[in-house]
Amino acid sequence: MSTTPALESLSVGDVVAGGSFALTRDSLVRYAGASGDFNPIHYRDDVAVSVGLPGVLAHGMLTMGFAVQPVVDWVGDPARIVDYQVRFTRPVLVDPVDGAVVTVVARVGVIDAEARVARIDLTVTFNDQTVLGKAQARVSLA
Amino acid sequence: MNPELQGRVFPPAPPYLVGREKVREFSRAVFATNPINHDPEAARAAGYADVVAPPTFAVVVQEATLAQLLSEPGAGIDFSRVVHGDQRFSFSRPIVAGDELTATLTVASVKSLGGHSMVTAESNVLDATGAHVVTATSTLVVRGDE
Repeated sequence: MSTTPALESLSVGDVVAGGSFALTRDSLVRYAGASGDFNPIHYRDDVAVSVGLPGVLAHGMLTMGFAVQPVVDWVGDPARIVDYQVRFTRPVLVDPVDGAVVTVVARVGVIDAEARVARIDLTVTFNDQTVLGKAQARVSLA
Repeated sequence: MNPELQGRVFPPAPPYLVGREKVREFSRAVFATNPINHDPEAARAAGYADVVAPPTFAVVVQEATLAQLLSEPGAGIDFSRVVHGDQRFSFSRPIVAGDELTATLTVASVKSLGGHSMVTAESNVLDATGAHVVTATSTLVVRGDE
């Protein structure tokens, strides 16, 4: 486990973590089973198309789930994640052959020195467009 | 959607017992590779009773409460028109295998916006001792007639 970052060492705008996540249709089936979300728009093209989507989409909660992992690994202890929120703004289309690559960059957004909490803002992109809005994790660095 | 839902508190969902293999399965699904998510020894070394669930595992516990809301006959929510707008988790502590969790949903707000309705549901998750673990808040958008 990594050591906890010191609040004093952070500046607003610092990139503190990030990663690239290669999703395949297998990832979606795995998440469906793990989460219990069996909405067929996440594994059946015919159903996705019938409701007006271009194709099978990743679960928003899957994207929310892995997007915070670089931050969890950076702070070392998941107990330091005190709050995590996102807005689902754009779908991640997962091609049956090529899959989809989603990129996460985590930056320091706000430092609350009194509460010893840093707000880490996540920029989560697929095909050069952000897919999550207001994606923020508050981490306690007390 | 029925605006009188605002403020409604649903009965607690049946207790959810967090299993070690479920935590491992969920961790693999969200690319959580930290040993404390998979290895009980590593988790104990870090001060936890058993493997630690990734932050968004709370949605699995929350799900039963959202099912209560969506299946409520008086709610007037057409599931086929529901889109997940926002999600938030506010933690007192991480979820750990062995936890027996009880979630209770409160309808925090119901709003109408340009033909669509938005419902914000807060599920308060407590452990077996009654201590707060996490509050999971979902905003669902119910699309209006096209």
